[in-house]
Amino acid sequence: MTVQTESPATTSEAQAPGTGMRFTNWAANYIDERTSISGAVKEFGRKVFPDHWSFELGQVALYSFVTILISGTFLTFFFQASMAEVHYDGSYVPLKGLEMSAAMASTLDISFDIRGGLLMRQIHHWAALLFVAAIGLHMLRVFFTGAFRKPREINWVIGFVLFILAMGEGFTGYSLPDDLLSGNGLRIIDGLLKGIPIVGTWISYLLFGGEFPGFDIVGRLYVLHILILPAILVAALGVHLILVVVNKHTQFARPGSTNENVVGEPIMPVYAAKGAGFFFIIFGVIALTASLVTINPIWNYGPYDPSPVSAGTQPDWYIGFADGALRLVPPGWEFVIFGFTLSLNILAPVLVLGLFIVVVMLYPFFEAWVTGDKREHHITQRPRNAPTRTAIGAAGVTFYAVMWAAASSDLIATHFKLSIESVTYALQALLFVGPIVAYIVTKRICLGLQKKDREIALHGYESGRIVRLPGGEYVEVHEQLSDYERWKLVSYDDYQPLMLRPNKRGKITVSERARAAVSRWFFEDRIAPVSKSEIEASKHH
Amino acid sequence: MANSASAPLRRTRATGRRSPLASVALLVIGLVATGGAYAAFTSSATAQSTASVEALVNEGEKLFIANCASCHGLSAEGTDNAPTLIGVGAASVDFQVGTGRMPMAASGPQAEVKPTQFTDEQTAAMAAYVASLAPGPAIPAAEYLTGEGDVANGAELFRINCAMCHNVAGAGGALTEGKYAPALQDIDPVHVYEAMVTGPQNMPVFSDLNITPEDKADIIAYLAYLDDNPSAGGLNLGSLGPVSEGLFVWIFVLGSIVAITVWLTARSN
Repeated sequence: MTVQTESPATTSEAQAPGTGMRFTNWAANYIDERTSISGAVKEFGRKVFPDHWSFELGQVALYSFVTILISGTFLTFFFQASMAEVHYDGSYVPLKGLEMSAAMASTLDISFDIRGGLLMRQIHHWAALLFVAAIGLHMLRVFFTGAFRKPREINWVIGFVLFILAMGEGFTGYSLPDDLLSGNGLRIIDGLLKGIPIVGTWISYLLFGGEFPGFDIVGRLYVLHILILPAILVAALGVHLILVVVNKHTQFARPGSTNENVVGEPIMPVYAAKGAGFFFIIFGVIALTASLVTINPIWNYGPYDPSPVSAGTQPDWYIGFADGALRLVPPGWEFVIFGFTLSLNILAPVLVLGLFIVVVMLYPFFEAWVTGDKREHHITQRPRNAPTRTAIGAAGVTFYAVMWAAASSDLIATHFKLSIESVTYALQALLFVGPIVAYIVTKRICLGLQKKDREIALHGYESGRIVRLPGGEYVEVHEQLSDYERWKLVSYDDYQPLMLRPNKRGKITVSERARAAVSRWFFEDRIAPVSKSEIEASKHH
Repeated sequence: MANSASAPLRRTRATGRRSPLASVALLVIGLVATGGAYAAFTSSATAQSTASVEALVNEGEKLFIANCASCHGLSAEGTDNAPTLIGVGAASVDFQVGTGRMPMAASGPQAEVKPTQFTDEQTAAMAAYVASLAPGPAIPAAEYLTGEGDVANGAELFRINCAMCHNVAGAGGALTEGKYAPALQDIDPVHVYEAMVTGPQNMPVFSDLNITPEDKADIIAYLAYLDDNPSAGGLNLGSLGPVSEGLFVWIFVLGSIVAITVWLTARSN
């Protein structure tokens, strides 16, 4: 491919492209001849994104992450990650003259004495809260629509790692200002570490460089917060996005959308423009919030001092479930065995949370094993069409939500005029009863909705139009669906309980038995999709 | 009609008891009497033997018997329902009655703040009566209640001594069995001081050996600073910390963003 680079004076304007276009062509060619990037641009630029609001949630997370990077870079210019003692001499009167770490003093300077500093701090913190919240909602979307199925199980795991990294980023950031709140949070981490048998104390001393709080922790967390964790996060994010391109995006079933295609807008040019606009919307919402609403007023909390703890000391929302789990442990779960203290009050919640996290991460593989389905799935399911999974998800959400609520048990007690003990007992009971109730209720609702869909697919909507027949009989006219509308209701994967059969060697293995049992639990209650013959039959009466 | 009848009457009796100066004189006498009684009562312990104080104590006793004795006992010795008030001092009465906590509307985890049931004079009379029973903390001197002092010292003392229950920003917090530490926004300084010296309900006593009167004045100054200076960052969301921030981000921030995504991907019908 050659590009005209001569002076424009010799060619007429009607035939040749304008100066700008010729420059673009020349530049594109220049770059392509040296990098062979056109292949990638062709592949990436033609990637098609289907439109559905829930598909934008991952982008919300991405754009709030970009916001975090930009505002965080600003903060690094002024933050001093040092625990050296200084006397605060800034403009906030109630802390004037107090001894504090350089980290706290520089955070106060960012808040009160550096132009735009408080806005940047609040943008950074609000964006961080939004980042994790958007990831959470994005994960729920992926889970409940079955978008984690083959070939996307790996990307689910990577996304899950991103979620954990985001929480790690959040917690390390929360601990940096070295104010009372962050110090209390670190003290809990210290306690968790020391609760681990034998090695716990060693790990704690290693992390804090001696007895808590020491003089090292802020500097170490800072390296984690601005270097190591973001590096891993960006790398994992890159792989996550590449896999989104490689796997193609999922889409909801609708006319023309099949398992073999993707219907939507290509990235270039419309979708990219929309995406860029969407970034500015997200940024705008965060900036608006940050300019109007206080977040983490460290000046109220004051410098860290191991003796005081404020009422209403909580971690940021995404660590709340862990704090809540600790609060829900009944008293007295600490035993002394052969002179060693076994802190089950810490180990039990840590193990439960660890197990919960692993279960969520590995769920796609579990479901693949149960269904034995080796096909690729590019059509997202409506939650109702996978009743057992949706019910399991609802149970998991309830379990998480109860722990999350438990982190604010004291505020629930004061704001609803309850006693904190009753709130704790109620939440302890809910932790076990809640998920079961949520499971049963959700499953019944899903099956009910499926029945309703089936009814509508076969007999149409009740139109509310009453007609009197010549014989005097009154009937309500049912409005039939169009074929397009019906397709949405009838096209879903149908699984049946696994029939236990001997394998090639004529044996029924234990794992196969287990699989059959789980499969029966999953698919015993099911509403079969409307078949073609049923639709045909319904048209004739 | 009543007006037209009374107007000529007033005109005819413009002298004597109805003289315009009479009401002024009455007002002056009243002010001198109450002000003098208050000054005599608050000035020093030696003045308590004066007749006006005795009158105040007597009036306080009557009010006590009429309004408090059913729970606290006829001579404030306490009953099964309420503690003895011998030795709680005037500060305690002024705090409990002056904030409307006493008399209690109903027994519950703790006495709630409500509109006061007595005038300032009646409260002062009951305080004088209870103070006459046995020595106890007196109503603090005005010099500690100005709200001026070392705010930084007050803030540090507040974080160390008060924030555990009342929250660093004085937003209040939960205690056991439905009891709670109330929020401390816009509280009369005299009540803050009295609460520290008397330890009402579940609050510990912070005696003058523990926190000096000057330090107490600094704490009051810090609370006044919080009242006068709204959060530098904007809305404070009740100063409740990460819980209200988390709720805000889920409901309002993520909520509005989801609304925007729905709008952006909406198809025209």
